[in-house]
This record gives sequence, structure tokens and C-alpha cells, in this order.
Amino acid sequence: MSVGTIAVTPTRTVSAKQIGIAGVVLGALAWVITIPPIEVRGMAPSIVLAVLSICAGAWSIAGGERKLGSEAIVVALFAVGGAVASANSSVATLESVFTWSALVAATLRYATPLLFAALGGVICESGGVINVGLEGMMLMGCFWGIYGADLLGAAVAGGLLALLHAFFSINLRGNQIVSGFGINFIALGITGYFLEYHYGPNGTPLNISMIPNVKIPLIQHIGFVGVAFGDQNLMTWIGLALVPALTFFLFRMRWGLRLRSVGEKPRAADTVGLPVLGIRYVAVIMSGVFAALGGAYLSVGFVGSFSNDMTNGRGFIALAAMIFGKWRPWGTLWACLLFAFGNAMSDRVSGVNQTLGTLFEALPYVLTLVAVAGLVGRSRPPAADGIPYVRE
Amino acid sequence: MTLLEEELQAEAEESPGAAATSPAALTAFRRGMSGVMIPILTTVLAFIAAGVVVLATGHNPLSTYSSIFNGTGLNWVFPWVTGSERATAAGNLQQTLLQATPLILVGLAVAFAFRAGLFNIGGQGQYTIGAIVAVWVGSSFAGMPALLHILFAILAAALAGALWAGIAGVLKATSGANEVISTIMLNWIAIWLGVYCFQLGGPLHNPHLPSTPVSNNVVGSAKLPVFWGSASLQGLDIGIFIALALAAVYALVIKRTRLGYETRTVGFNPEAARYAGINVGRTWIRVMLICGAFAGVAAALDTLGWKFNWFTNDFEVSQIGFYGIAVALLGRNTAGGTVAAAVLFGALLTGTSDRNIHLSIDPTLVEYLTFMIEGIIILLVSTDVITLRLLKGGRQIRVALKRRPSEQAGANQGGANQGGAS
Repeated sequence: MSVGTIAVTPTRTVSAKQIGIAGVVLGALAWVITIPPIEVRGMAPSIVLAVLSICAGAWSIAGGERKLGSEAIVVALFAVGGAVASANSSVATLESVFTWSALVAATLRYATPLLFAALGGVICESGGVINVGLEGMMLMGCFWGIYGADLLGAAVAGGLLALLHAFFSINLRGNQIVSGFGINFIALGITGYFLEYHYGPNGTPLNISMIPNVKIPLIQHIGFVGVAFGDQNLMTWIGLALVPALTFFLFRMRWGLRLRSVGEKPRAADTVGLPVLGIRYVAVIMSGVFAALGGAYLSVGFVGSFSNDMTNGRGFIALAAMIFGKWRPWGTLWACLLFAFGNAMSDRVSGVNQTLGTLFEALPYVLTLVAVAGLVGRSRPPAADGIPYVRE
Repeated sequence: MTLLEEELQAEAEESPGAAATSPAALTAFRRGMSGVMIPILTTVLAFIAAGVVVLATGHNPLSTYSSIFNGTGLNWVFPWVTGSERATAAGNLQQTLLQATPLILVGLAVAFAFRAGLFNIGGQGQYTIGAIVAVWVGSSFAGMPALLHILFAILAAALAGALWAGIAGVLKATSGANEVISTIMLNWIAIWLGVYCFQLGGPLHNPHLPSTPVSNNVVGSAKLPVFWGSASLQGLDIGIFIALALAAVYALVIKRTRLGYETRTVGFNPEAARYAGINVGRTWIRVMLICGAFAGVAAALDTLGWKFNWFTNDFEVSQIGFYGIAVALLGRNTAGGTVAAAVLFGALLTGTSDRNIHLSIDPTLVEYLTFMIEGIIILLVSTDVITLRLLKGGRQIRVALKRRPSEQAGANQGGANQGGAS
């Protein structure tokens, strides 16, 4: 009778998915409780939490959520490792590593260049063009930001390099990953060449005018908040503001929706009269400008000089952050913060133990690998990503 | 459909017969005369384009290039080069071939993956893991007989590289994780592992050098014999023959074995391969294992042949994975092409290294020229259309663009759709 079904359905209170999420949270907690500010000493509580997490994971797998369940188990195992590390460190060591205010501040600093480049990637791939050349475009921004001591020069240089990528991938319909690699090599050559040509063996001068930091008057001297947010670079705030702005643009504004339609179904977009190739051109160039601004932050916002290949793979990390963030601005922000947190952590761990600090450098990449295999498996790139468009 | 395929179709329509845009026809084209001419023309174009940059900055491109050429040691083949000049040329040529050896193998690591439709950006990481294992085995087990020790070190490095690449293969096969992202991540993890192992206080750090972050030295029994030049002056070791032999093995595997057939089928169309009863996931894993083994052997040959130890900084600055991609692309994923492209890139690297450049030319500028030339080569390779058109004597662009393209737009070679996640 139908009354039975009605009565039964609400009693299935928790789904396998919820159990899986609870498992991930419990697993993370197993480690979180061992570090400041909670600092539980001893392994027992962590082990209990980890076991609970693994049980939840197993339950979740049994309920059909294979990826989420395995994710919970992996998180629990990592957390036990972290808890062991905490238990073997003194309270003083833990507190010097996990100085949260400084960690947050450093995380934001490391995240800024990644965020600009990754958001550039989001724009580019929303329009259906893969951009492996983010690294090279960042590098151009790095150098030309120093060269002209302004952001405009950096943006133009990044945009021009992106124009090259656009021409090869949109007009000539080349393999976009391959042409992106070409872009990276060219940027390495151009920046290195002009570094030598213009500045000679002594490198860039010391008196570079820098992008200013924003000193927030009221909170600047208030403990945690002051250290974490009171004295961040202007570019960091711009980058953070770009996330909601870009979300609004992509999902609410006419041209953003058009951009995404070009990335999803270019044929349909063309049929309703949108200039598919033109929109793609703008998207690729904008991504170059964004990446270059991220690079410029690195040179004229943070370091104050340019050295050969100074982006050192950050463009590829930005690419990973974009995919990790499921081609969405907010997801990309979280992914960038995760990578940046890994960098910041490794800095602080190095302060205590150089050897261990090196291993922490690899942590964000391990996490991404796990996540790409598990959680993100369900994400989907724009349908026409990487496919050149040909008009009928 | 790519512009290249359209060009080919247009050509086929001029000479009636079979449709030229099938994957088989594309392959035939790449194997044929155009397949040889285009890479050469691409290279020449890249040199010309980079020459313009040299000219624009007030240097003479011709003297720059002739200086690079002499730096590569390729002038050794000219009989009129004699005396001390010939000795220098021989030394340079040995360096060129030493550089080419690992490039052949890393190039094959990328090329084999391409054949299966995978983009292996992980050559760097697989090479790094191979190097860690090779230098560890090579510097331990001091009492072993020479031949056995060398074999042991090379096989261990091959296995390590294979397992490292296998991670990406397994992830791709089981959860659909995109190999571009997973191999990039594995690269960084490998590099940091290398730095961790050999840094001050690291588990494999050389205890006799307490202030230098370097590995132990490879012992005598694991060093590859030098057959040309002096062993003390970094002469050419037998590693190049191992690399060439593996290139021949690669060609045989691709053309003559079941694995090669399955690899090519999966590369052309994974869905069709699945219908044909090929286990696509298993093929991906096998291919990645073999790719990693190639890269691992590359690292072993470098380590046992002339490097003998690894500084942590070497891992951080090495670009060999990216060179490998360039080599495979320029070589069109064939064995012969990969060897030729590896020698070209080895020559470029040697010819533009600081010590080989004539004093009248700023050496660092020339070094960056290499990057520009490589970048332009890769960019041109990504499409082939420009060079193809030059080859055909400037046929009108309109002809190609007016053809009615078919719907199968995604036939981009090499897994262009990087998302790929299930």
C-alpha cells in the first residue's frame, strides 16, 4: 500500500553521500585536533576519530559512493600520519609552525599569483580553448612588469603572447596543448633574452617601484586579524575581489553566458549569431592578461626583481588549480588557497626542520593527485574545451 | 577537423580516390615524403624566426648561427677541419651525442604515450625517480662485477620510472583522472623527493660532504665504458647505443607486436578499440609503464655515463621532460624521427652552452635563443599548416577554408581534451 512507502522513505535519514562527507570531516578532525589551537596530546582521540572515519568510508562505499568513501579512508590515513607527526613534536614546535595569523597571511601571498593565472585559465577554457601557456604568460608579466615598472606593460605583454596562442589554436586549429607548450618556451626565451640584453649580467636593479600594500587602518594592529589581513598587497585584494566578480560575469551577465555557450556548444552559439571565433579570441587574450598580472605581482608586488624562469612552474599549478576547482571561480580560489597553504606550511616547517620542510613542499601535489583521482573525477570541462571550431 | 586534415582532404580531392582524412591516411602522410620534409622545414623556419630576433637586437644572425654550429661539433664531419680544431670539434660532438642520448629516450617516453592518445608530460618526474634510484644503486653495492652492476642499476631505474608513470596510468584507467594533470603533479612530487633524498641531512645525502647537498658518487663498477674520447674529459659512453637499441625496440613494438597494435588502435579511437575487444584501461597502464621505463633508462644512462652524482639543484633546474615533448612532437612519434630530433636538440643545447660560443657573441643571449627556437618549432608543430602550405608553394588559404568540414571535430591528435575525467 502506498501509505507504507510514504512512511518508509523519510526513515532513510542519512544517505551514503552524507556518511561519506562525515567520514572525510572526521578524518580531517583526527589531525586538526592535534594542532593549535586545540592541541590534544596523545594519539588516542585521533585514532578513534580516524577509525570512525574509515568505518564511515567503508559504509559509504557499501552504499554506492565509491569515490567519496575511498576519499574518506585516504583522508583518515593522511590524518593519522599528521597526528603521529604532531605527537612526536613538542608543543613549542607545533606552536611555532602553526602560527595561524602568519600562516594565513603567507597563504594569501602565495595564492595571489596562482589565483590570477588560474582565473585567466577559467576564462580561457570557459570559452573552449585549453591554455597550457599560462606559465609563459605569467613569465611575460613578471619580466615586463619589472621592465616598464607598471602593470600595463605586463598586461600587454601577456596579452600579446596570448594572441599568438589564440592565432595558432583558433585560426590554424592546432593542437592547443602543444601550442601552449610552444608558448611557454618562447616566453622563457624572450624574457631571458631581454633580461640579458637590457640589464646585463647584474640582473634587474634594486630600486624597483613596487605595487603598494594595503594597510587597513583600524584592524592593522588587532592581533590575529591584523597580522593575517592588515598588511596585504593591493593585488591580493584585487585577486580576491575578482572571484565573485568573475562568477557574476560568467553566470549572470550576458557576455559571460555567451562566453560559456561558446565553450559548451559553439555550433549553437554560432547559429544564434554569436561571433564564436571573436569571443574565443577575447577569452584567450584576457587569460593572458590575467596570467601576466599574476606574474607581475610576483616580480613587482612581492620579490622586487626578475630572475630567469622565476615563475618556476606556477602556471602549471594554476592550471591544476583551475581543473581542481572544476572550471569555476570559487572552486579555483579554494584550490589556489590549498596550494598556497602547502607552500606556507612548508616555509614554516623548514624553519623548524629543513629536511621535513622539503617533504611538505610536495604535499599540495600529493593532495591534488588524490583529489583528481577521487573527488574531482566527477567534474566536467566545458564540452567544447580544446576543440577548434569550424563554421559550416 | 583540423586545418591540416582539411588541407589533406583538399589534396585528395584534387587527385580523386580515397578520402585522405582518415587516421590511416594522416599516418601515411606523416610517414611519407611530406612527413620528412615538414619537420625539416619547421626547423628551418624556426631558425629564421629566431634570427630575426637576433637581427632586431643588433647582432649578426649568420655569425651567431655559425658559432652555434661549430659549438655543436657537427663540423667534425667535414674532412677539411683538421688539427686542434678537429680535436675541439670531436669533443663538442661527444657532448652533443651525450645530450642526445637521454633526449632520445625521454622523447620515446612521450612518443609512445602519444601513440596511445595519452599526453605524457611526466617525463620529467619519471626521469627524476629513475635518477634517484640509478645513483643510489650505482653508488652502493661496490663489490659487484661491472656488467652486472650496470645492468642492475639500469633495470632498477627503469622499474622505478615505470612504476612512477604507472601511477598516472592506473589513475587514468580506474578513475578517469586526466593524465596531463596527474603527470604534472607527479613531476613535482618526484622533484621534491629528489631534493629531500640528497639535501643536507637527507636519507641519501653524501656523508663525506656535510655542507653540499649532493648524492654519493657512482662507483667504478657501475660507470658506463667510454668508447670515444677520454673518460676523464667526459667522452662519449656506450649509453648512446643503448638508447638507439631501445629506439629500434620501440619501432618494432609499435609496428609488429600485439601491444603496438592495441596501442595504436586505442590512440586512434578508444571507443572503437573497446568495441573491438581491446581492454583500453589495461593498454593505457601498459603504455605508461613502458614510457616510464624509457625515461628511467634515460636517467640511468646520464647518471652512470657522465653525471655520476646528483645535486639537489640539478633536479630543480632540469628541463628534460619538456625537451622530450618537443623531441617527440618534432619527430612525429616515430623512432627515426625521435632520434633525429633528439640529435638536433642535443646539438642546440651543446652549441649554445656558454663554453662553446665564440667570444664575439654574448653567450647568455645565445642560450635563450635556444628556447625561442624550440618554442617556435613546437608552435609550428602544433598545427603543421604553415609549413605544409609553404611546402606546396603557397596554395590559397581559401581553398582549404571553403571545403565543407565534417562533424568529427575532436580528432585532434594527442588527447586534446584535457578534461577527460569521467
